[in-house]
Amino acid sequence: MSAARNIGEVILDLNNISLSFGGVKALTDISFDVREHEIRAIIGPNGAGKSSMLNVINGVYRPQQGTIAFHGEVRRDMDTYQAARNGIARTFQNIALFKGMSVLDNIMTGRNLMMKSNFLEQAIYVGRARREEIAHRQKVEQIIDFLEIQHIRKTPVGRLPYGLQKRVELARALAAEPKLLLLDEPMAGMNVEEKQDMCRFVLDTNDQFGTTIVLIEHDMGVVMDISDRVVVLDYGRKIGDGNPDEIRANPDVISAYLGQAH
Amino acid sequence: MDGHNTGDTFPRLLLHHAAVRGDRPAMREKDLGIWQTWTWAEVAAEVRAMACGLAAQGFRRGMNLAIIGDNRPRLYWAFAAAQSLGGVPVPLYQDAIAQEMVFVLDNAEIEYAIVEDQEQVDKLLETAGAAARLSHIYFDDPRGLRNYSDSRLLALDRLLEIGREYDKAHPGFFEQSVAAGHTDDISVMLYTSGTTGKPKGVCQTHASLLVAARGGRDFDKLVPEDEVLSYLPMAWVGDNLFSYGQAMAAGFTINCPESADTVMIDLREIGPTYYFAPPRVFENLLTQVMIRMEDASRIKQSMFHFFMDVARRVGADILDGKPGVSVLDRLLYRIGDLVIYGPLRNVLGMSRVRVAYTAGAAIGPDLFRFYRSIGINLKQLYGATETCAYVCLQLDGKIKFDSVGTPAPGVEVKIADNGEVLVRSLAMLKGYYKRPDATAESIDAEGYFHTGDAGFFDQDGQLKIIDRAKDVGKLTSGSVFAPNYIENKLKFFQYIKEAVAFGNHRDKVCAFVNIDLGAVGNWAERRGIAYSGYTDLAAKPEVYELVKGCVEEVNAELARDPMVADSQVHRFLILHKELDPDDDELTRTRKVRRGFVGEKYGVLIDALYSDKTSQHIETDVKFEDGRSGKISADVRIADARTFAAGDARKAA
Repeated sequence: MSAARNIGEVILDLNNISLSFGGVKALTDISFDVREHEIRAIIGPNGAGKSSMLNVINGVYRPQQGTIAFHGEVRRDMDTYQAARNGIARTFQNIALFKGMSVLDNIMTGRNLMMKSNFLEQAIYVGRARREEIAHRQKVEQIIDFLEIQHIRKTPVGRLPYGLQKRVELARALAAEPKLLLLDEPMAGMNVEEKQDMCRFVLDTNDQFGTTIVLIEHDMGVVMDISDRVVVLDYGRKIGDGNPDEIRANPDVISAYLGQAH
Repeated sequence: MDGHNTGDTFPRLLLHHAAVRGDRPAMREKDLGIWQTWTWAEVAAEVRAMACGLAAQGFRRGMNLAIIGDNRPRLYWAFAAAQSLGGVPVPLYQDAIAQEMVFVLDNAEIEYAIVEDQEQVDKLLETAGAAARLSHIYFDDPRGLRNYSDSRLLALDRLLEIGREYDKAHPGFFEQSVAAGHTDDISVMLYTSGTTGKPKGVCQTHASLLVAARGGRDFDKLVPEDEVLSYLPMAWVGDNLFSYGQAMAAGFTINCPESADTVMIDLREIGPTYYFAPPRVFENLLTQVMIRMEDASRIKQSMFHFFMDVARRVGADILDGKPGVSVLDRLLYRIGDLVIYGPLRNVLGMSRVRVAYTAGAAIGPDLFRFYRSIGINLKQLYGATETCAYVCLQLDGKIKFDSVGTPAPGVEVKIADNGEVLVRSLAMLKGYYKRPDATAESIDAEGYFHTGDAGFFDQDGQLKIIDRAKDVGKLTSGSVFAPNYIENKLKFFQYIKEAVAFGNHRDKVCAFVNIDLGAVGNWAERRGIAYSGYTDLAAKPEVYELVKGCVEEVNAELARDPMVADSQVHRFLILHKELDPDDDELTRTRKVRRGFVGEKYGVLIDALYSDKTSQHIETDVKFEDGRSGKISADVRIADARTFAAGDARKAA
């Protein structure tokens, strides 16, 4: 694979994170880190706390205990706006696109954070807003080209098949030019061919833009193929952490997840 | 329009256009959502840079340059660049797999290749062992190729830079190279698909392609303002003639789509005036329209159906300018044009189409009539790689769906004794590359090219292609028997999936029919006919009546033409199983293995030629999981009405 990709320093460090909803403990004392340019997978059975983990990283949930350090800046919890500002983008397990809007417009929303013109200027579409829109459109077109979705540029998202909607969601996340990309089950519900396409796009993103990727995935084949390191959760606890080979050999993981009929 | 002597090679023509209409668009390509335009002057400059770059890298007169990829402007420029240096462009099919490319790369002694992207680069690197001569690969799109370290690779951008430097250091080099070209030099080498044996490289000269291109230009009155969308494989003679040759001859604009998936959208944005597609594309377009029509509101649907009926009745006649259309119908058609046909043409991206062509396979009459009836001047084209796809043309107003028209200007067509179509013209191959034996075999002493197709001229002097010459036989009455011709006519009905006609050395023609399970199943459902599967459905008396109707319609059509009137189908049966490639009855490309089927179903053929009304048969079948079993059935045999050559018109 890509030999030129250098995995760098730790950019995201999670320490002793615990999160509970009332009496339900979603995450218990979890620590792991993410290095620059790597693809990091979070796996685990249903209800293990994978999505909660992502939500902690980009500030949707506030953990009761623990600290998060992003680019060396240690804090108790992330703030969603700050997360986006700092270059964290994500996709969702249940696609969260604007169904009635075109693919192009959906991806454009990913650029919104970078637009300087205000709401009023954008509404009238003159001067700065117009210039900005043209510049951003160019960037969006590059992403459309990158993900090979030119043919659906003007199609309303609601009319697209599931696999393509997932790709549009990835496009919108990429439009924000993230440093860290969080993917919540990017291949769920896809057929083999769609999965292969998606794998290629995830790898290409990582390779071409150097984007660090944290992904949750159920398909073990995919995880073992494309990840550099894997962290395994079970009932809100971390039971394994390491490269795919180590995870395959980890007896706790085998009994909790791999060995179990799923 | 330019005279005929302003350019006798493609590079000289390019320079001519750059001088005469330098600021007019020569090419467009949609890139990152925006149509980019290159004028003739810009194209000439880019070609110059590319040619100089190739020369700097050691490409010399007489070498062959492989070109692989989708229709991209820079790949078209590669054609002109190679030609400018006296080299020969050799386009390869972009979807061929690596092993398939090996033969051509080796046969054409390819050292230099200009390719589109990573996909093609990967394939070429994969072939490296087999095609050892390949030493220079230039790629247009660098995506994904950043980490490739193979020393043979170079970005096309870099090649152009090298070319510009070389041009500066060697003033006059390019002009001299172009001036050294001769009209009888080989301008392009196109490999035939090789369905029979190894592919052969067809060498066409500048002169031969230009004869074809200019002939077509004058015939269809193509002008520099015309627009064409180039999306068919560059390795196909049609694209070479329509996109490259005729654009150079007429000076019109070539538009390259954004990607293979966006062709439909690009078509609507560009609105070409001149359009080319295989029947498959026309069929898909029509299906899309019909499906979307089903979702339309009741009022729109009834409007659509009403005006489509009008179009079916008089549309084609109005397009052909035939007399005898009533004033009321003309008025209705005018209204229909306003509310249905016009918007429909717009949706199809054909609002501006003056001439559209279909070629490559037989087109169904309904499909052909549909497009003509809504005012699209669709024509058929007949020709082969060896004849620059320039043999016959259909004259406006004299268009028939089952003939390919009259011989094009400058083309002589004659029918050999065995029914084979022979062609002689200037637009013909110089020879097959390194295959003098094959050249001698296909071009006779008088200079006629043997097409391998059987055909005849009908009463209006239009050529009808009926079959491959080797499949054509004779009935005992002495008249020609062309099984494919009859089978195709049967297969144009949606209910008939496959047909096999028999009649060689027999007194009459009989046929096997396979029904289309989807179409007939649907038909049966709507009539409340219950069935358990193919065998059951195929044996239903109602289905026999349905197929009989189709057969008799074909008979009526055949009766109209004295040449094939004897080939009417007297008796037919519906096979109890579908012909299947797994059972060796069809080839993988779904062509009937006539000999094998004849042997396997010998008893059924005997029954067809006896008085029996039913025949028992047991057949071995292979199931998809590899097991084999037996199907037995009593197959009914039905008679079909035939017509005397005279009363056909009444019957139809």
